[in-house]
Amino acid sequence: MDILTLFVVIPVLTITAILFLQDMKHVRLVSAVGMGIQLILAAILIFMYLSARHAGNTEEMLFVKDYLWYKSLNIHYAVGVDGISVAMIGLTSIVVIAGIFASWEVEFLRREFFVSLILLATGVFGFFISIDLFTMFLFYELAVIPMYLLIGIWGTGPKEYSAMKLTLMLMGGSALLLVGLLGIYFNSSPDGGPLTFNILEISKITIPMSAQRLFFPLTFVGFGVLGALFPFHTWSPDGHASAPTAVSMLHAGVLMKLGGYGAFRVAIFLMPQAAHELSWIFIILTATSVVYGAFGAIVQKDLKYINAYSSVSHCGLVLFAILMMNKTAMNGAVIQMISHGLMTALFFALIGMIYGRTHTRLINEMGGLMKVIPFLSVCYVIAGLASLGLPGLSGFVAEMTVFFGAFQHPEPFYRVVTIVAVSSMVITAVYILRVVAVLLLGPTTNDHFNHLPDAKWYEKISVVTLISAVAAIGLAPLWLSNMIGVSLQPIVTKILAISPF
Amino acid sequence: MSLGNFLIMRQELLMIAVVLIVLMAEIFISHENRKYISTITAVLFALVTIAGFLPSPSGSLFGGMYVASGTTAIMKNVLNIGILLVIIQSITWLRKIENSEKVSEYYILLISTATGMNYMISAGHFLMFYIGIELATIPIAALAAFDRMKNQSAEAGIKLILSSALSSGILLYGLSMIYGTTGSLYFGEVARLFTNNSLQTLGFIFFFAGMAFKISIVPFHLWTADVYEGAPVNITSYLSVISKGAALFIFIIMLFTVFPAIIKTWQHTIYVVSVLTMTIGNLFAIRQQNLKRFLAFSSISQAGYILLGLIGGNELGMASVIYYILVYIFSNLAAFGVVIAISNQTGKENMDDYNGLYHTNPKLSLIMTLALFSLAGIPPVAGFFGKFFLFTAAAQQGFYLLVLIAVLNTIISLFYYLLVVKAMFINKSESPIEKFKSDFPTSLALGICVAGLVVAGFASVIFEAIRNLSFGI
Repeated sequence: MDILTLFVVIPVLTITAILFLQDMKHVRLVSAVGMGIQLILAAILIFMYLSARHAGNTEEMLFVKDYLWYKSLNIHYAVGVDGISVAMIGLTSIVVIAGIFASWEVEFLRREFFVSLILLATGVFGFFISIDLFTMFLFYELAVIPMYLLIGIWGTGPKEYSAMKLTLMLMGGSALLLVGLLGIYFNSSPDGGPLTFNILEISKITIPMSAQRLFFPLTFVGFGVLGALFPFHTWSPDGHASAPTAVSMLHAGVLMKLGGYGAFRVAIFLMPQAAHELSWIFIILTATSVVYGAFGAIVQKDLKYINAYSSVSHCGLVLFAILMMNKTAMNGAVIQMISHGLMTALFFALIGMIYGRTHTRLINEMGGLMKVIPFLSVCYVIAGLASLGLPGLSGFVAEMTVFFGAFQHPEPFYRVVTIVAVSSMVITAVYILRVVAVLLLGPTTNDHFNHLPDAKWYEKISVVTLISAVAAIGLAPLWLSNMIGVSLQPIVTKILAISPF
Repeated sequence: MSLGNFLIMRQELLMIAVVLIVLMAEIFISHENRKYISTITAVLFALVTIAGFLPSPSGSLFGGMYVASGTTAIMKNVLNIGILLVIIQSITWLRKIENSEKVSEYYILLISTATGMNYMISAGHFLMFYIGIELATIPIAALAAFDRMKNQSAEAGIKLILSSALSSGILLYGLSMIYGTTGSLYFGEVARLFTNNSLQTLGFIFFFAGMAFKISIVPFHLWTADVYEGAPVNITSYLSVISKGAALFIFIIMLFTVFPAIIKTWQHTIYVVSVLTMTIGNLFAIRQQNLKRFLAFSSISQAGYILLGLIGGNELGMASVIYYILVYIFSNLAAFGVVIAISNQTGKENMDDYNGLYHTNPKLSLIMTLALFSLAGIPPVAGFFGKFFLFTAAAQQGFYLLVLIAVLNTIISLFYYLLVVKAMFINKSESPIEKFKSDFPTSLALGICVAGLVVAGFASVIFEAIRNLSFGI
């Protein structure tokens, strides 16, 4: 079995093991072991990838395996990775393990919780390794559907409403996506050869312009819904606020990245001409996401809502950068995906831990937490600083690269929009610092807060894993951006062929 | 005609043999041993089903009235699997005291309709087709009225027989026009002589309307919900899966072989009715509380999706329709299997009664969830693959807008399927359905369905086998 398929097999085996466990106490342990193996596997994959590139392997996708599945439709189970997918796989395995530790104390229907969580992870891993549009779509839907139960059963607040809204909106996105993918499929061979779902093969041909104009918006919006593209972002605040901690972490940290990754890998890569032509529409929408999300975060009082709107803003930045269609901006987009994935997972983990202690998420009701739970508070400040783009942490590298790249765009319209989008950094600073000030500093508002316990060992594992990853990217961004940069080359070459800047 | 030729229709002959054996058993088996009739029938029908998979000769009989080919064989096999599942699912219900005197009638009627469907699929002549369709319909009306003591059931029987009589009338009226303009009732002849003559088109429209009644396509669907609600659950599941599937099979054969000359006409017609069928079926399903009515409307909308496979008139469409009906048999019978099991045990059939089901009966809830996800087209269960292929078939002919409407409709359907999932997993209940253990036949039928749901998608051989036998216009 090839190494990439293992990324799907291990979660499936973990799920099977959990289902056959007699003792409920061991469920979380088995999950942690399974996902721990997955994390080690991801580390091995990164090393294998880097050494293969170091050895001079310049193929676009590495470790490619291709099995014919449905012969008559030429559907394959095809896997392969480039630097971008390797980075995303690394991100996913870190967030998943952190999520498992963050939900160590789930009591209600524990077995079902971990099964759904790992099923979601299976879908995400499968999505990132696929290079066949059919399997990609299959894994995409597989990742979305467990969310309904995860939010509906274990959530808080108006969980049933939020779960339904989220599921239906995301499935609505995948409806558009399905039509887009079928459109790509039936135009994948203009000169009459066999049709294909294989991304690499489709990228070699040029889809007719009339088809691109039709299917690029469908595909882009289809993925964009998951990437919180304005005005299809409304599932995100409700969904994240109602979801249990680990689910918010996985969802904002990883699942929303499926949107950005897919928009990039499928919509832009396969239909660059239409992307170039229509980018202005989506640039306006994504810039709205960026600024509107940040303003939205300012007025919210619930910690989870603040972070959910901040995710809308940051994920909007990913799509924004992708649409700028030059190497620097795209590089920034990928780093932003990773950085935001780690950062937001960290935020949601901390919010979950704070909520578990104070039993409120409203910032007005809290205060002075720094003195009582110093570990969690300090980590919260670090996450906040990363989010507002302090040098030395991952947010700075990502946003800097994005805006630097976006401003390189020669047309004035794009530069103006970039300037508008940059303002989000300032707004971000406002809401982050306000939360830190109200929440952590000053006197404690409630006597009950004076006796809160600080983080337990499993919470520390969860948080420290994420913080070290955030700091690693912030301090040594070069290895990551080099890894991504090489893989961006074929895409950029393809784009340059149609729009020489 | 030699005996070897005659054996071309061995599938139907075997079924008639089963009917006769059950009839004899009724007479000769002593009263206390009647309970074995169910088992005997199930085993015999299982043998018939297996026999269908043996290589069978193609050819025609009675001067082309009866036609057998690879396609008809696979269609019959798909139906037989479904009928076998329904037979197994009925065993528990027939063990009840009030049904104990009527066991053999039930099976005789059921297998008679199956025989009718098989003749219908193999028809090469409109009269043969008509005889088949009547043989398939009239016994079902008797079955729908099987609960003699329930008013609702009798009402369902009357409604079914009246609406099918009306639809048969319309269908025959259309056929008379076709006969009047072409001078023949043989499929081959009609296809050759069919032109764009407006009287012929009118005849086709009448024929279409008659078929639309049988498949319960909007606007000819109004009988469906009432009949489904009134009839015994087993018969409802039979009506929603097997009857509908058989009618769709002969419909697709007819459209592709008899009416290719007016493909433009029926493409437009199907376009409109499929949009209506999906949308109206879905919108009405949202408000249903009774699960039988709920599944009735869901099955109306499913017929709308299946029409997407027909519209292109291509090979892929035919394959995807046959495959989807196979998947649909597994999904719907799994859903109905759960409803039947709970209805047998507690008599409860409303969605509210399912609140908190997961906490008392986790296995049944999981099977129901898988079945509903399959109906909604969620991976990794087979419904996803089925829907994907149907939509691909329509997209191949450039009907992208229709595909978009259809996938948006699947989102609506996902909403109400999730309502059931929500009832089972999330809602709390003061008096949930008590924990109970299903008996062997129920578990067997559900087990087969679940295996089908999981395997039919991943094992591409099934689809490829169907694909190799299907044909386009």
